[in-house]
Formats: sequence, C-alpha cells, structure tokens
Amino acid sequence: MKLIENVSRPVSRRGFLHGALAGGVFVLSARFIPEPLWAAEGEAAAPFEPSLWMSIAPDGIVTIVAHRSEMGCGSRTALPLVVADELDADWSKVKLEQAIGDPKYGEQDTDGSHSVRSSFDLMRQVGATGRVMLIGAAAAQLGVSPKDCTTEPHFVVHRASGRKLGYGEVAAAAAKLPVPKKEDVPLKPRSEWRYIGKESNSLFDLPEIVTGKAIFGMDATMPGMVYASVEHPPVLGQKIKSYDDKAALKVPGVQKTLTIETFKPPHVFQPLGGVAVIADNTYAAFQGRKSLKIEWDSSPHSVYNSAPFRKTLETTSRQPGKVVRNVGDVDSIFAKGGKTIEAEYYAPHLAHVSMEPPVAVAEYRDGKVLAWAPTQNPQAVQETIAGVLGIKKEDVTCHVTLLGGGFGRKSKPDQVAEAAVLSKQLGKPVKVVWSREDDIRFDFFHSVAAMYMKAAIGPDGKPTAWLQRTVYPPINSTFDASATYALDEMGLGWNNLPFDIANHRAENGPADYHVRIGWLRSVANIYHAFAIHSFADELAHNANKDPVQYLLDLIGSPRIVALDLKGDEAEEAKNYPLDTARLRRVVEIAAEKSGWGKRPMSKGRGMGIAAHRSFLTYVATVVEVEVDSKGQVHIPNVWTAVDAGTIVSPDNIRNQFEGAAVFGTSLALFGEITATNGVIDQSNFHNFQLARMNRAPRHVDVQIVKSEAPPAGVGEPGVPPFAPALYNAVFAATGKRVRELPLSKTKLV
Amino acid sequence: MIRFKVNGKEKTFDGDPDMPLLWYLRDVAQLTGTKFGCGMALCGACTVHQNGAAIRSCTTPMKEVGGAEITTIEGIEPMHPVQTAWMEIRVPQCGYCQTGQIMQAIALLKDNKDPSDQDIDTAMSGNLCRCGTYQRIRAAIHQAAKHQAAKETA
Ligand code: FES
Ligand code: FES
Repeated sequence: MKLIENVSRPVSRRGFLHGALAGGVFVLSARFIPEPLWAAEGEAAAPFEPSLWMSIAPDGIVTIVAHRSEMGCGSRTALPLVVADELDADWSKVKLEQAIGDPKYGEQDTDGSHSVRSSFDLMRQVGATGRVMLIGAAAAQLGVSPKDCTTEPHFVVHRASGRKLGYGEVAAAAAKLPVPKKEDVPLKPRSEWRYIGKESNSLFDLPEIVTGKAIFGMDATMPGMVYASVEHPPVLGQKIKSYDDKAALKVPGVQKTLTIETFKPPHVFQPLGGVAVIADNTYAAFQGRKSLKIEWDSSPHSVYNSAPFRKTLETTSRQPGKVVRNVGDVDSIFAKGGKTIEAEYYAPHLAHVSMEPPVAVAEYRDGKVLAWAPTQNPQAVQETIAGVLGIKKEDVTCHVTLLGGGFGRKSKPDQVAEAAVLSKQLGKPVKVVWSREDDIRFDFFHSVAAMYMKAAIGPDGKPTAWLQRTVYPPINSTFDASATYALDEMGLGWNNLPFDIANHRAENGPADYHVRIGWLRSVANIYHAFAIHSFADELAHNANKDPVQYLLDLIGSPRIVALDLKGDEAEEAKNYPLDTARLRRVVEIAAEKSGWGKRPMSKGRGMGIAAHRSFLTYVATVVEVEVDSKGQVHIPNVWTAVDAGTIVSPDNIRNQFEGAAVFGTSLALFGEITATNGVIDQSNFHNFQLARMNRAPRHVDVQIVKSEAPPAGVGEPGVPPFAPALYNAVFAATGKRVRELPLSKTKLV
Repeated sequence: MIRFKVNGKEKTFDGDPDMPLLWYLRDVAQLTGTKFGCGMALCGACTVHQNGAAIRSCTTPMKEVGGAEITTIEGIEPMHPVQTAWMEIRVPQCGYCQTGQIMQAIALLKDNKDPSDQDIDTAMSGNLCRCGTYQRIRAAIHQAAKHQAAKETA
C-alpha cells in the first residue's frame, strides 16, 4: 500500500455509465476503469454492473448511492446532492443507499478531504446522463422531440405545450434507452444549479441524528452476536507469554476468553493481538478484562520514552537532512555572516478520540465474512480481513454505518479485523467494542515532530534566505517497518512554502517509530504550519512590522508558485496550481473581518494570524485571545476566510471550519500523548483533554470566498492555521513566544 | 429484582446490580440512542434523565435506578423544541454526541427558561463534542428557549 494514495490522491479516474432495467427500476451505474482503458469505452459494451449509482422506482423515488462514509464532514450528503442537481431531482424524493466496500465504486477512502474533489465531475455526469435518458423516454411517450423538452424537479416538461411526465412514470422506458455518450450529455450551467452551493442544504441524516435513530457503528447488531473486549499488548508488538483467565471467567456475564495473535511487522491495519473477553454484554466484557492476568514478552518498542525521544528528534533536526525543495542557495547567504534568526518548534503525538470509539460487528461463516463497521475505508476492511484470515477480498462484505467521528482513525480497520478473527474462532457474530482507554492507548497516533528554522534577514527586515527542517516518525512506518523519512508527507505543507524568498531550502530528517503512526485531521500540516507561521510571526516582530503586512510581503505578488513536484503531486498541481492571489485574498479578508489593527486591545488581549493552504484549499485564520491573571487563555473570537473553490454546501463548510477551530483549540491548548517505556501515559478525557464549551472559541466567523475553481477540501484545511494563529496572539497579548505544543505546558504568568 | 420505568414503560432487571444503566439501555433494552463515549462521566454522550434531571448513565449503576423514571432520547416526543432548534441551526456534524447534548439541553431548559450564555456554558461543558459544534449548540439552546416560550404562551 502506498502512502501517497492516502495523503495526496490521484484525481485521474474516470468512469463510464450504463443504464439497465432491474426489476422495473431504472438504474444507472458508472464503472470505474483505469485511464489506459478509457479508449476502449466505445468498443465493448460494458458487462452488466450490479454497482448502482442511482435508480428511479416507478413511484418516482430516486435512490442514490453514497460511496463515501459519513463521519461528520458531509460527504454522504454532498455527492448525492450533486447527482440530484444534474438529474433535476426533487431532493425530498431522494433516498440514499450507503455503498458497501467494493472497488467498482473506485477508491472509497473518505480521507484526505477529497470526496467532493475526486467525485464531483463523475457525480455530475451520472445525474446529467440520467436526465438526458429521462427526457428521451418522456419525449418518445409524448411524441415530441427531446430537444423541445426540459425538466423541472422530478418532471420532464414539453416546453411548447407544458405537458409533463413524472420521472417515475418514464423511468422504466428510460432504462431501455441506450446510454448517451459523454459528449451528448450537457451539464447544467452554474447559474442553473439548484442544490450545489446553496444555503438550504443540510445533512441528509439530520432528523435521525436529533431523534437518536441514526445508526452508528456502536449501534450495529447481528442476530446471535456476543460482545468482546480485547486486552491489547501494552507495548507495540508484544506477544502473550502466558495468561490466567480464571478470575475473569467468574465475572457475571463473561462466557470465555480467546487470544488474537500479535501482528507480524509491518503492522499495517492488522490486529494488535491480545486476549479477548467474550461476554453477554459490553459491560461484562469490560469487567472481565480487569481480572485477566497476562504476562507479555518483550518488544523493541519498550525503549520508547517521550522526553529523551524529543531530544533525539531535536538533535536530528539540527543536522542536514534530505532536501525536498531547493530554491537559490541558502548556504551562501548564511555564509555571508549577516543577521540570522533561528528557532526550534516541537509538537507532540496526538490521539484522534472521535466520540465513538472503534467498534465493529462481524460474522465469519463458510469462509466468508460479513461486517458492519464505522469505517472511512470499507475496501481496507476487505483487504485487512482477507489478509488476516487468508480468504479472498471478494469474500468480505463490509457495510458502512454512520461514523461517530473519524478524523483519520477510522481509515484503519484493525478493530473490524479483530471482530472477524474472533467470530471465526467462536462460530458466532462478534461485536468488538473498544473502551475510551483502548482508543487513546492504541491509536494510530498523529506523529511527534521537531522543526528547525533559520532565516537570514535583509536590510528591509525580510528574509533573504529561509531554511526549514522537519523530523518525525513517518506514517509510512505503518506500511514499512524500516521507513524513517517522511518524504511522502512533504506535500503536507513542507515542500510548497508559498513565500517569495530568493533562497529557500526544505529538508526532512529521519526518525524511528515506536507506536503506530497514522494520519489525523490535516496530518503533518499541523506541525508544519505551526513552525512556519510561528516563525513568520517571529520575523515580523523582529523587523518591527505588522504581522499581517509582513505575511502579505512574505507571500509576495500574485503569481503561481513554481514547485518542484513529481508524480501525482505534479499531476494535481496542473489543475490546482499554488496561487498566491488566492492566498493573499484570504489573508486580506480574515484581517479585514477581524478589524485587524483597528480594534483597541486591552491588557492581556492580542490577535494573531496564520494562513495555510492544505488539501488545495486556502485558509487564513485570525485568533483573538485573552490571557487572564492566572495565565488561562480564553478565545473570544476567531475569524477564518476560506477559498475551497467550488463548494456544495456552504453551511456545512461553515460548520466544518467552526469545528476546526475547536479541534485546533484542543490540540493547541491541551493535546499531548506521551509514552513511558513504550506504554502510553494517557487513557481518557481527564488526562487527554479536549476543548469543552467553556474553553472553546466563543465566536467563530467563517467567510467563504466565492470561487469557480475546481472543488478542494473542506474537512481538514481549517485545522493547520489555528495553532500558530493562537500562539501568535498569545505573543501579542503577553510578549511570550512559546515554541512547543500544547500551550498548557508553558506558564504564561 | 430492580423495578423502574424507561420512557414510561415498567421494567425489571435482575442482572448484575453494578452494571451501569448505559449498558442496560444499549445492550439489554436495545435503546441505542444513548451513546458510550468514555464510561467515566467525562463526556456526556450517555446523558439521560432520571426523574427529569440529566444524569450520566455510564456511571449510574442499575442498583441506583430502582423506582426511578428514566427517559432516554427515544422517550422524547419529536420534534421537541430543542430538536427543532437543533435542526434549524443545523448543529450536528457526525451526530454521535448530539443525543447526549440534546438531553442535557432539555434538562437545562426545564429549570431555566431563558438561560444566559454563562448558564449554557455551565450546564453544557460536561458534554464533549469532538466535531466542535459548541457555537451552534449555544445558538440552538437560545433558539429552543424562544420556541418553548412561544409554545407556552400559545
Ligand atoms: S459515556 Fe458517560 S459521560 Fe462519557
Ligand atoms: S457532532 Fe460529532 S462529536 Fe459532536
């Protein structure tokens, strides 16, 4: 598995469509084919594909397949809205069907803020093709030319006579028509979009959510299932030496214990191993675990201690690393011996802690597995279970429930594999429930990172050279146990500094992993933006310049930034060039909305700014802080400006960016995961704290820039600029420059 | 044998008296609208009403619910003004925490018809939302208070 697929996605996938009549229902499916096969489209007729993107029943109910998971970002709603718009369907007559994991839908990992970006064009085409076919069928029935017909929601209308036929009435006939070629399928002009970009859009599942009827993974059941809770090896890679379950078996409701084998490296998404307690209910399973006595063998990862590890990272960051981008020659500028500024930044591990801990129910029967899981990636469920049980991927069926949050954790289906492994041993369906303690201690952690920055300062206070090094255990260590460089992650805010500096070099140094590393909402952008924008602010103050003006000067004139990218990143940059005009605009909007430089700041108050492009979306954030006499930080206001290109649901985007400010607050103020002898020190919300309502920003203002650029990400890009903007505000308020996350580790007064 | 009511229906329980109400509701009674988030009264996902007051069901053992009237989200007649406000403000993202938030908010508005921001913060800060919908929750509670007042004067 290549990491790059998860962090920077190829967009070069196409599909073609074909219609079919199945049980009186008009269905339309698009079959994904690799690019080189695209040319074959016209030749061979597509084989019948049971994968359905949409269907229209005789009663007019349109069912649209949602092939992306819903974890709170709105993907499950957004893509069907696009289909419905081009189909000219009445949204109140639309039902969604959540797709199972299946490669016929193309890539299904709801990750990397790319659901809309990657599927927007295809979804439009699906809807528009359906519309053309419905018009064709209706025109034939009315005895008129399709050219003289149009649509209004859920009806085909003959313009001249006003006669109309409902979609349900003509669906069966439409299914018998040949599927029009792509060229013959007109897409709506933007001005005619009914749903795309409209304020009225809301989450499809909203009524079920507020009434408690929504089914999350935690709520999935199978007849005859038992509950399981797994005591995992405290240190990554440990195996069971021996265990005693006598006391556990006496706990009321406990049925038996089973073991799960520890993975062989690389761990990928395999189960961690351990002892599972099987019980009548979740509580009994949890209780049973407390009475287990397990002796574990040794693991090379028991050397992991966070404080010395930090020193190692910092030492590495002071040494030359692999060059990931070079412009001009920083060394010759530094050698001239003028004024230079150096700074080091540090960011600890973080845990995802989605409110719903990992959970899954699975049944193994006759060599096949059926699973229900809150997963961001049902195809990874298929692959992982197939690999662990030695069965075929096609023999694993994964249904996707709603996700109670995901943030990247639920792209990794180790808990689903646990359920399958246990079900095979037991011969019954098994529901595996992770406790919050399991979730925090056995996460795929956001990486711990050290960054070293150095700039040479010219007479105007602007940098003439800018060197940046980043060092952290790479996500790739999850897939390759020998990986130490994070070269695949450099696109996450490190090889694309948007500043106009004549001499610039970005480097990456090596680091070993000792816990599972994974992607967490906005991934390496978090620490990369923290270092870059804290440093930019330091330089501004050093030059006695206003930070907003200084930032605009750093970004420089409107232009497309020349980047040295390869492969998929280079491909992507063709459609999504790094455009400083767009970055400048969000900075200007956020500054203006915040009243930057115009609002009087009383003692202990201050404002800070940061602007960062990630997942192809441009975001600038201004944070206002108030530091009280006890040194506690309050956040009365946040202003964020976002340019995400073409958008589907503006209110959902505001919600995402409001949420990103809270997510950013949690990691900036409190978030820290540490290890002692390989064991994670934190366990629940008392020692891994999140922002609560009383510590979260009181008011978050989100401005969305109107744009006709291709759609970009919205789930993640709000996070990276938040922490540096907050820290810069703390500096403005207190004069204290803090260079490590989280802020709670530093006394401000 | 423990006797109590859930959403108006008589119930009995003769299992482990230390079992938290949360797991009775979810695994035994199959009322899954009440969520598990921490098991330590730290997140509020499991909030239900005991005799009208908001409690954390994850730390309330069955032996303490004898004679009590328990209300879960399933026992709230939709659309309650709080649910209406939640829909109007479009509060939820993933939605997992929201039933707990709504149960907490309903309890707050029962005691305090027109809560201030400060009152809301105090009442709601035990309910975590990892998606970060606090701003909308606060707005929705103010809106629900208005709906409730309108209903009462109607
Ligand atoms: S599950 Fe009860 S407060 Fe968290
Ligand atoms: S809406 Fe996702 S945790 Fe609150």
